[in-house]
Amino acid sequence: MANALPAIETLSSSDALNGRIVEFPVDRPLITDGGGCVTPLTIAYQTYGELNAERSNAILLCHALTGDQHAANMHPLTGKPGWWDVMVGPGKPFDTERFFIVCSNVVGGCLGTSGPSSINPATGQAYGLGFPVVTIRDMVRAQAMLIDHLGVDQLFCVAGGSMGGMQVLQWAASYPERVFSAMPIATAPKHSSQNIAFHEVGRQAVMADPDWRGGRYLEFGVRPEKGLAVARMAAHITYLSEPALQRKFGRKLQDRAAPTFSFDADFQIENYLRYQGMAFVDRFDANSYLYVTRACDYFDLAADYGGSLAQAFKGAKTRYCVVSFNSDWLYPTSASRAIVHALNASGASVSFVEIDSDKGHDAFLVYEPDFIATTRGFLEAAATARGLPRASETRAK
Amino acid sequence: MNAPSFPRSGQSRPVRLDLAAVAAMVAPGSRVLDVGCGDGALLQLLAETKSVDGRGVELSQRGVNDCVAKGLSVIQGDADTDLADYPTDGFDYVILSQTLQATHHPRQVLVDMLRIGRRAIVSFPNFGHWKVRLSLLAKGRMPQTTTLAHAWYETPNIHLCTIRDFVDLVEELGAHIERGVALDHSGAPIRVNAPWWVWNLLGAQAIFLLERDAPKKISPSTAKNT
Repeated sequence: MANALPAIETLSSSDALNGRIVEFPVDRPLITDGGGCVTPLTIAYQTYGELNAERSNAILLCHALTGDQHAANMHPLTGKPGWWDVMVGPGKPFDTERFFIVCSNVVGGCLGTSGPSSINPATGQAYGLGFPVVTIRDMVRAQAMLIDHLGVDQLFCVAGGSMGGMQVLQWAASYPERVFSAMPIATAPKHSSQNIAFHEVGRQAVMADPDWRGGRYLEFGVRPEKGLAVARMAAHITYLSEPALQRKFGRKLQDRAAPTFSFDADFQIENYLRYQGMAFVDRFDANSYLYVTRACDYFDLAADYGGSLAQAFKGAKTRYCVVSFNSDWLYPTSASRAIVHALNASGASVSFVEIDSDKGHDAFLVYEPDFIATTRGFLEAAATARGLPRASETRAK
Repeated sequence: MNAPSFPRSGQSRPVRLDLAAVAAMVAPGSRVLDVGCGDGALLQLLAETKSVDGRGVELSQRGVNDCVAKGLSVIQGDADTDLADYPTDGFDYVILSQTLQATHHPRQVLVDMLRIGRRAIVSFPNFGHWKVRLSLLAKGRMPQTTTLAHAWYETPNIHLCTIRDFVDLVEELGAHIERGVALDHSGAPIRVNAPWWVWNLLGAQAIFLLERDAPKKISPSTAKNT
């Protein structure tokens, strides 16, 4: 690779929107599992904190299905705090005063990294469905290119929840020597039939919208907002637990004393879902939704290792902390236990905590004191093992 | 005395006598699985004094969180259901401290322990202790002692046994006792050389180091049919 052109670091024209951008030249394409090729490959990412002289304090955070690189800064489109604001920042478990934290938008995404809404250099139009179908492993390959570009050999930790957790598992399997510690959170070693079923409902909702136009909507200057909103509404239900829905909304009516005997949003839950759907279409590309859901569906780590999940982790020295939430029915504790059993069978160093929470799958994104304490303890012990200064020593400086 | 607000592991902390007795049975540098590891006190002791590569299984979330926060590799799990998933010969020692009597299937738990590790260390309260016997005999009530402190209706100890019961079971399981020690109510070893029945009277608790029997040699002709 001595003659390879260097990757070009740019600030995007709307740099506040996408953060940092790196473009890999045409001689460094991303070859996908499906036999496709993404070139030039663009990756949009954010960093927080400073890389130390030994380059040993880098943490990669992997975002979930509809997340993005804005883990801990105000989101440029929504104006809201980053998706992991509760976990990332000065003095927080992913302490930006101690660690160099990287978070990149996944391949197939829509916030600066190459995806179906990027311009296909061959046509001058958006890729649309011409973008190759990508897998979790493709996402991780692209991340590895970014980590190379940043001059980091071994990541101190790779962490993420949901689809981000799948990337964590894939990182540990694909690049065991590059992952010192790993936190797969609220995730699964493969997508279940039910998981695929929910995703298919979402995709069909998008594709049933007349404005989808066979995936070429950007060429026509329209967007399948109604379909994407319905997809989000259905998916959002799977992120919450039944008790939490009941507690928050019950059968409460929305700004009215009695039912209207119409199909207006009489119930608060209807109003809430409609709002979630509409807010989502403002920040997410419909085709990207097809691609990222497909990537999850294809995920089956054991299948890549002769059907044995333990084989995927064999011989690795990575320290693991697997976390599940007891009210998460999308990626339930049983899925995390399957990961733990495989790690045990492969002799890996593993901790496993099931956090008591009624917040469902989304629990990993909100303030859960036990989850925060677990993460803090795990990272502290890993930092000691890695020879990084303790939290108290960093503070004293 | 000023207690530090963030106690560091292993500093000026009195070592529980029963844990020290368990630790004394573990060879340095070995791989250890502590089943029912609680807040990780034994794993920490073993890591500090014997440089073991230790893992734990603990039922309570609080216990697991405490352990992970201390940097120990601990899994939330249940001895009754989760040991089956551990690979054979994955560890040198499998330890079960003061937990056997609280499991639903103590026999199966022991079988799994001796499969996962060639050696197992088991400690349990001795229901054959003279105070227990006297209490039942004289008062006609379920015994409550320092070691067995719960009332009958709320005790987690659902499968109590005596030292003698335990010794018999070990024989049945194709294992033998390498070392054994009886402890008094404070957890201090009883330093007498005595037959089992004496220990069974005087020991409030007992700790046994078990070792799987070597597989019996079978002739090739027999092996073919198995």
